Amino acid sequence: MRSIDGAVLDLKRLDLLATGDSVIHRLDARAKVLTTLVFIVTVVSFNRYEFTALFPFFIYPVVTASLGNLPGGYIVRKIIMVIPFAFVVGMLNPIFDRELFVRIGPFAITGGWISCASIILRTVLTVGAAFILVGVTGFLSVCEALERLGTPRTFTVQLLFLYRYIFVLTEEGARASRARELRSCGRKGLGLASFGPLIGHLLIRTWLRAERIHMAMLARGFTGEFHSRQVSGFGWRELFYVAGWSAVFVVLRMENGAQWMGRLVTGVLS
Amino acid sequence: MSHHIVEVKHLQHIYADGTVALQDVSLTIHHGESVAIIGANGAGKSTLLLHLNGYLTANSGEIRIGDFPLTKKTLPEIRRTVGMVFQDADDQLFMPTVFDDVAFGPFNLGLPVDEVKQRVKAVLEQVGAAHLQEKPPYHLSGGEKKRVAIATVLSMSPDILVMDEPTSGLDPFARRQLMGLLRDFQHTKIFTSHDLDMVVELCQRTIVLHKGIVKADGPTLEIFNDDALLAECRLEKPLSMQGCPVCGKGR
Amino acid sequence: MHMADALLSPAVGGTMWGVAAGTIAYSSMKVKKELDDSKVPLMGVLGAFIFAAQMINFTIPATGSSGHLGGGLLLAILLGPYAAFLTIASVLVVQSLFFADGGILALGCNIFNLGFFPAFIAYPFIYRKIAGSQPSRTRLSIAAIIAAVVGLQMGAFSVVLETVSSGISSLPFSTFVVLMQPIHLAIGIVEGLVTATVVSFVAAARPEIIRAGNDPVTPGRLPLRNVLLSFLAASLLIGGIVSWFASENPDGLEWAIAKVTGTEEVTGTEEGVHTILASLQEKIAFLPDYSFKQEAAGAAEGENNVDGPEGDASGRLGTSVAGGVGALISLALAFGIGFVLRRRQQFA
Ligand SMILES: Nc1ncnc2c1ncn2[C@@H]1O[C@H](COP(=O)(O)OP(=O)(O)OP(=O)(O)O)[C@@H](O)[C@H]1O
Ligand SMILES: [Mg+2]
Repeated sequence: MRSIDGAVLDLKRLDLLATGDSVIHRLDARAKVLTTLVFIVTVVSFNRYEFTALFPFFIYPVVTASLGNLPGGYIVRKIIMVIPFAFVVGMLNPIFDRELFVRIGPFAITGGWISCASIILRTVLTVGAAFILVGVTGFLSVCEALERLGTPRTFTVQLLFLYRYIFVLTEEGARASRARELRSCGRKGLGLASFGPLIGHLLIRTWLRAERIHMAMLARGFTGEFHSRQVSGFGWRELFYVAGWSAVFVVLRMENGAQWMGRLVTGVLS
Repeated sequence: MSHHIVEVKHLQHIYADGTVALQDVSLTIHHGESVAIIGANGAGKSTLLLHLNGYLTANSGEIRIGDFPLTKKTLPEIRRTVGMVFQDADDQLFMPTVFDDVAFGPFNLGLPVDEVKQRVKAVLEQVGAAHLQEKPPYHLSGGEKKRVAIATVLSMSPDILVMDEPTSGLDPFARRQLMGLLRDFQHTKIFTSHDLDMVVELCQRTIVLHKGIVKADGPTLEIFNDDALLAECRLEKPLSMQGCPVCGKGR
Repeated sequence: MHMADALLSPAVGGTMWGVAAGTIAYSSMKVKKELDDSKVPLMGVLGAFIFAAQMINFTIPATGSSGHLGGGLLLAILLGPYAAFLTIASVLVVQSLFFADGGILALGCNIFNLGFFPAFIAYPFIYRKIAGSQPSRTRLSIAAIIAAVVGLQMGAFSVVLETVSSGISSLPFSTFVVLMQPIHLAIGIVEGLVTATVVSFVAAARPEIIRAGNDPVTPGRLPLRNVLLSFLAASLLIGGIVSWFASENPDGLEWAIAKVTGTEEVTGTEEGVHTILASLQEKIAFLPDYSFKQEAAGAAEGENNVDGPEGDASGRLGTSVAGGVGALISLALAFGIGFVLRRRQQFA
């Protein structure tokens, strides 16, 4: 299980990356959200035995992360943490799909192994794209983009509230949880009997806090409408960004870039 | 300028669980006064303040702000007049960035964008937080949060400033800064505090609450010289009025 | 039981996005119309609370392992169906972006699986019906356990359907069901127990909080018939779109590209109405046998695979080696470009 403090710190770190200033950061968030969507849809649209054709797609996360000045090691570490889960899911494929796919020397590789590898690769690409989107855009701008792409205001506003108070409440939760752990010997005391009241207390405090927040809003003239300043616009740069990457994805989807390059090289060598 | 008078008459508040937080509180605060409300934990200070802008409704008694009695109809106007800084700044900073948060009130007043921007800039400079504009509130330290919370209230240009323990959790420097800020605020100030030295420095008048009633109300120095009163209300003399125990100098 | 991007096909993911977006739009309208504006901060803050609560573990009775709260049912009890659905959806949005729980494309599936069932089925038709308005402790626990179990069973079954119809995992339908349902029975019981404990604690300490959730949208205003009808309509829609996409072509995008560019070769295996009908039938038959490995592999590799449906494994060796070499090169190329860009950024 994740330690609470660690998770909060991690969240803060990813969020802070978005305060950077780079070519990518300066783009309108909508362009980045749309491009990420196109990327993910293209990647998952391959059939389950596609493995090599996925590799050229690394160009997108790598280029975006580099242009956005994201710390590569950090992103890679975050992705690696997810791989075990992908492996558990993918592991079932070799068990159920034992048909021979390819034989390389003495090794017989079944379709199951190929599709398992494909699942892991898909995970790396899609998860990486999501982290990078947040890193170069920031959650708030993603929300804003969602709203300007048609998401109802009620939804995005409470999404913003959620995000704002994650930091406050996880810290509060961490304090309560630490107190409980310190006073319970080993596993004793960590059961439901103490969990219920602990969470209940946290819930009541949360509820009262929500009331105070609403009060603070009323005190400043809140009438149910949120005003926001619109900072960026969707210009030619954005259009070019979305269209350019989409074209790259479509080409890589139709032509197996790895295959193509590999043939070129092996052809030259032989 | 009698219209910024704060009048509380025979206020009583009983919480849903039966706790009598305020028994019978009456006081009048005039325009431009700087008043401290002190008392032990649980004396009812926060409860009293929360009545001043209508967050809590009294079980009995009356509150008048300026020329209006506090009713449902006058509430919006009164909330504009009375700016309240909460005990926990996190309750007050709910928008994505410091800028948005400070701009929240002015936008709701219907001001045009340019004027909002000017106002935000001005109040942030006033509290010494101009450099924090684009930061999200959860990346601020406690003292920074407090300063921004005060800015959000100042941005509404209130006539009466109400603060619940403004200096709690601040480091000595931030505390000094805040005290300077409060000294510069020209309108009526009402605040609760356990920081008795600040009370001595900033307030001419002090009100002592004890178990939900007003135990004393008068000039600050007089109250802090009444040893019997202080003992009864679980208070003590501010350090600045005691002899210095380390170097032996003093009175 | 988060669904992951890596297991989804675009058709399934896209359809579920549509369904989730529609439900979010409808719920937002409802919340805006029927509830006062104090609900919006409350929803957000309770969403954050769910995060905090999920990070705190407890030992599961009689097993010694530890678990955490899911929170769907609890939110429904506190906020009523519409507001709860929106709150669960936003929790999932944050999880997908920051913790890689699920993924961006899988968000639609996850919102549906984890939000729709507790908020619109388990809470109004099971919890409220059993618990009534002034439940005793036992009654409340029973209601919560049954509601949580039903909600999670439906969600888990939905995960199975989405995974199987996407066809990325090789897990057969029956095995997957046998795997998922019992696990989620156990999870559901624990979730119900925890929810009941928290709700009874809060009901004792602050009864007005629990009452507040009961008022706004009572089951009376949410007739079972309407929910069932819209659910039926949604599943027909989903089934229709998914099976159409899946049969027309294993991958929707390839099909779309072919349509746009007019290229024939990508459409591969499908020719004429016969094949479409045949494969449609295959999909509608509940347990589609995803044996399109050869077809798909053949389609992807084009002219290299001339040995017929047997797909001679050694014949693939050539392409595989070339593919492997190429994969490494493209990876190196990608990181090389990244490195150069980064250097230029630093000097700029
Ligand atoms: N929401 C509530 N429900 C029930 N009782 C409450 C509530 N809030 C406060 N009280 C009780 O009312 C009394 C007065 O509380 P109040 O918060 O006004 O004290 P205070 O003077 O601000 O104390 P402190 O110096 O600790 O901030 C206390 O006895 C407290 O227990
Ligand atoms: Mg107080």
